[in-house]
Parts: sequence; C-alpha cells; structure tokens
Amino acid sequence: MALPLAKQFALMVPELFLLGMICAILVIDVFLKNSQRNVTYWLSQFSLLITGILVLTMNPGERITGFDGAFVSDPFSVLLKLFVVGITIAVFVYSRPYMRDRELFRGEYFVLGLAGVLGMMVLISAHSLLTIYLGLELMSLALYAMVAFQRDSGRASEAAMKYFVLGALASGLLLYGMSILYGLTGSLDITRIAINLAHSPHPEVAVGLAVVFIVSGVAFKLGAVPFHMWIPDVYEGAPTSVTLYMGSVTKIAAFAMVIRLLAEALPSAHIHWGGMLELLIVLSLAVGNVIAIAQTSIKRMLAYSTISHVGFVFMGVFAGTDAGYAAATYYVLVYALMSAGAFGMIALLSRKGFEAENIEDFKGLNQRSPWLAFMMLLIMFSMAGIPPTVGFYAKLVVLQAVVQVDQPWLALYAVIMSVIGAFYYLRVVKFMYFDKVEEVVPVRLKLDAGILMSFNGLALLALGMFPSVLMVYCTAAAGGL
Amino acid sequence: MIPLSHYLIVAAILFSIAVAGIFINRKNLIVLLMCIELMLLAVNLNFIAFSWYLHDLAGQVFVFFILTVAAAEAAIGLAILVVLFRNRRSINVIDLDDMKG
Repeated sequence: MALPLAKQFALMVPELFLLGMICAILVIDVFLKNSQRNVTYWLSQFSLLITGILVLTMNPGERITGFDGAFVSDPFSVLLKLFVVGITIAVFVYSRPYMRDRELFRGEYFVLGLAGVLGMMVLISAHSLLTIYLGLELMSLALYAMVAFQRDSGRASEAAMKYFVLGALASGLLLYGMSILYGLTGSLDITRIAINLAHSPHPEVAVGLAVVFIVSGVAFKLGAVPFHMWIPDVYEGAPTSVTLYMGSVTKIAAFAMVIRLLAEALPSAHIHWGGMLELLIVLSLAVGNVIAIAQTSIKRMLAYSTISHVGFVFMGVFAGTDAGYAAATYYVLVYALMSAGAFGMIALLSRKGFEAENIEDFKGLNQRSPWLAFMMLLIMFSMAGIPPTVGFYAKLVVLQAVVQVDQPWLALYAVIMSVIGAFYYLRVVKFMYFDKVEEVVPVRLKLDAGILMSFNGLALLALGMFPSVLMVYCTAAAGGL
Repeated sequence: MIPLSHYLIVAAILFSIAVAGIFINRKNLIVLLMCIELMLLAVNLNFIAFSWYLHDLAGQVFVFFILTVAAAEAAIGLAILVVLFRNRRSINVIDLDDMKG
C-alpha cells in the first residue's frame, strides 16, 4: 500500500527544513564580517530548535514507511532524532567560547555541523541499504572536514587524514557486505531482506560472509576493538569543539545504523553476528578500561572510555531481545549526554592559549569553581556507573538484558571491567577535590554555557533517580522496531 | 556467457588488493586514496554483477550513488591531503606519527 506523495513528504519535513536552512546559512555566512559571526551561530541554533519541534509535531506516533520503504518514521527514530538535535544544540553552546578564543569561530563549523546532523537524521530514519549508506556518508564527510578545519594545526590534519582513511575503509567494508546481502536477497529494502533471509534457504557461508563485513563496518564506525585504532588519535588531534561533537551525537546515529542493519535486517542471522559481537564486547571492555588507566591526556582517556562504553552498547544489541534493544538505546542516549558534558567541560575550562587537555589540569577545580567541579563529579560518577547517577541504571538494564538471555558470565565480566574502569574516573574526582594548586585561576564562564552545563549534569542525577522517565520511551521505541 | 561467479571472483580479488594496499602501503598517501577508490569500484562490480544476474535495477542505481559519493569523498580526501602537506611538507604515511596510535 503506497501512501499519497504528500504524506510521504510529510515524514521527512524536519530533514527538508534542515536542508533548506543549511543552504540558507551557507549563503548568508558568506556575506558576514568576522565580527558578525554570531548571526550564523544564532541561525544554526534556531534551525536546530525548529527542526526539533518539527520532529515532535510531525511525529506519526506509529511506524510509517515512505518512498518505497526507503525512509521510516517510528518511535525509535523520533526519540533518537530528538536527542541528536538537543545534544547538538548543547554542543554548539559549549563550543562557542572555545572557538572564539582560538579564532576558529567561523561559519564552516556550524554549516558542517548542521550537515552532519542532517546525515544523522537520514541515517536514523533509513530503511533501505541505499539510505543507510547515503546518511552515513553525509555524516562522515561532514566529520572529516570538521576534524581538519583547524588548518594551521599539524595534529588536527594528521587526525583528519587517519580518520578519513579508516572511515573510508569502514564504508568500503560495509558496502561490500551490503553488496553480498543484495546478491543473496535481491532487495535493498530492510524489511524485504529480513523476510527473504528468514524464509528462503541461503548458503550459510554467504550469509556469514555478508555479516562479517557488515559487523566490521559498523564496529569501525562505532570504534569497538579491534577496530578502535583511530579513536584515541582523532579525539586527541581534533579541536575540542569537534571532539565534543563527534564524541556525543554521532554515536547515537551509528547506533541507529547497528539496530537497522543487525536487529531489523538480519535478525535471522543472529547466530552469525551474536558470536562476533561477543568477541567485540569482550575485547572492547578490556582494552577500553585497562588502557585508559595509563593515559595522561583527558581527551585520550575519554576516547578509551568511549571504547568501553561501546562495548556496553553492543552488549544490549547482543542480547537480541526487545529488552536488550531498549537497554542499548537507553545506554547510548545516556552516553551521548555524559560525553557531551565531559568534553564540554574540557572546552569550557580551556581559555585563550591554554588547553585543559591533561588530567592534571583538573587539579584543584573545586577551589576554582566548586559548582563546575560538582558537575564534573556527577559526569564522572555517571560514566563510572555509581548510583544515584543514571550511568548506574544504564549499566544495570544492559546487564539485566544479558542475564535474561542466559549469558551471566558476560555480565559478570562486564561488572569486573567496570570496577577496573571506575579507577580512572575516580582519579579525576580525586584531582578535582583533594589536590591543591598554589595559583587559583578563576574560571570565566558564559551564562548560557554555565546554565546548560548545570542542566546537563543535573539531568544525569535526575535521570538516575527517576530512570523510568526515559526508559518508557526506549521500551516503546524498541517495541516499535 | 560469463557466469556470475567469475565477476564475483574478480571483485573479491580487487577488493583484497585494495585492503592489502591500505595496510601494507607505508610510503605515499596518494596511493592510499587510490586503494580506497579501488575498493569502492570492486563493490560496484559486485553490485552490477548481482543486478544483472537478478534482473533487478536497484543494484545499478546504488552504483550511481556510490560513484557520486566516491567523487565527493575523493575531493575531501585530497583537500585534507593538501592541508596536511602545508603543515608537514610531507605526505609519507610513516611521517604521520605525532600521536601514538
């Protein structure tokens, strides 16, 4: 049954609006003087806000596919898009003072950032291999350019090159897997692929081969061990404002891709990808948590912590049940919130000619600004999974899902690794509260960034006390897949 | 008539050469970019072979999109390469060692 064309376009009104605004901002920005760059900033924030409102108001409340199954709007996509848009607004607020101090406050950042958001929204709503690929590339191409956009920094361009080569390799692997999948099932549509795989006999080897390539591709994009080599270097080399962007929102979109490909297209091949994910989880948790201990740069430390969190997200997917998918969704949304806060804090504590990128730079933060130190405490507790912050609950639901599918040893292993991981989060807290500095430099904080950071930190606490507020939506999203 | 398997084997060989090239190559970044292009072309070959075999046009449409995106990707890759060369005066892969990783 095909919907009338107008109804199909109604599904993608937020994306179309954002696309229009990107083009408009691109043109307007050219006519602005450097001192008027705030116009670009406010226009970008305005377009994100309206996009978010459009996502809410155009929400069909059920699962509707349009454009011959290429584009889907369901509770899952609405939830994820709202988080992507909301967190991007926060990212732009946090990065404004940082970029202004470094003469990076240019229109490209915002235009590319919005283009990346558009890519993520397409990726989240993608329902055929073609739209998945296009959304992914739109997001990645914007990110490559953003990492490189500090043009006079050798480290940034090196990071961009590494990211580009490995990102392109990941896309290539993913595409090769997709081509085999297409050859097996004769369709690009995810629903048809799933039905075809479940009901007609296929050579196990070929299905396995497609799954191997697809899983490697998504593992590369999310940064699970052994495909994690690029994460620490890119996070460290990129300007903090860009690390902030790619460390938080892009994970949500990449997670959506995992769900669409593994949970929706290949549920019948769970035997194949379950084992692979198990391996990725075990390695990611070990490498992420153990190597992070040895880091002195906080950006590198958070990069390794990303790797271990990706392990947790994959654990929810690995369970392969609705509860597992809901738990993984919850985890990835909470993770995006936490990492936006953590990287945002690095950006806010940096000032002209000074990067707060070493863990040592957090020494005595309690003397300099007790409130920011408390926010960082909440973020670190949440990442370590200490109650009453939400990180604890997120880990709990994921572990629950894994235990329900009779994999208690995996849950046990994850708990042990989290305990090891708690060490380096708590070390930051120790530096902030128990180490004194002689020279107390007060923190200059813009009002908007301060309010948003408080909101960000307190949200982690509030969600931790009332976790079901968000969990309801995650369960509905996973149920509607 | 050439059977499907021949096309698939050629594509697989091309793909392997490309991946091997990315990992083995230690000299020149431009060769790396060429390997990435080769990889995408191998995928294209796969798609077209399947599309012809299955009498389904979707695969060929996908190829058009891949070609377009590959062009955009190459443009961004070369742009990053130029920025890198300005900062480093070198495009050797082994010189990319500012950060351990």
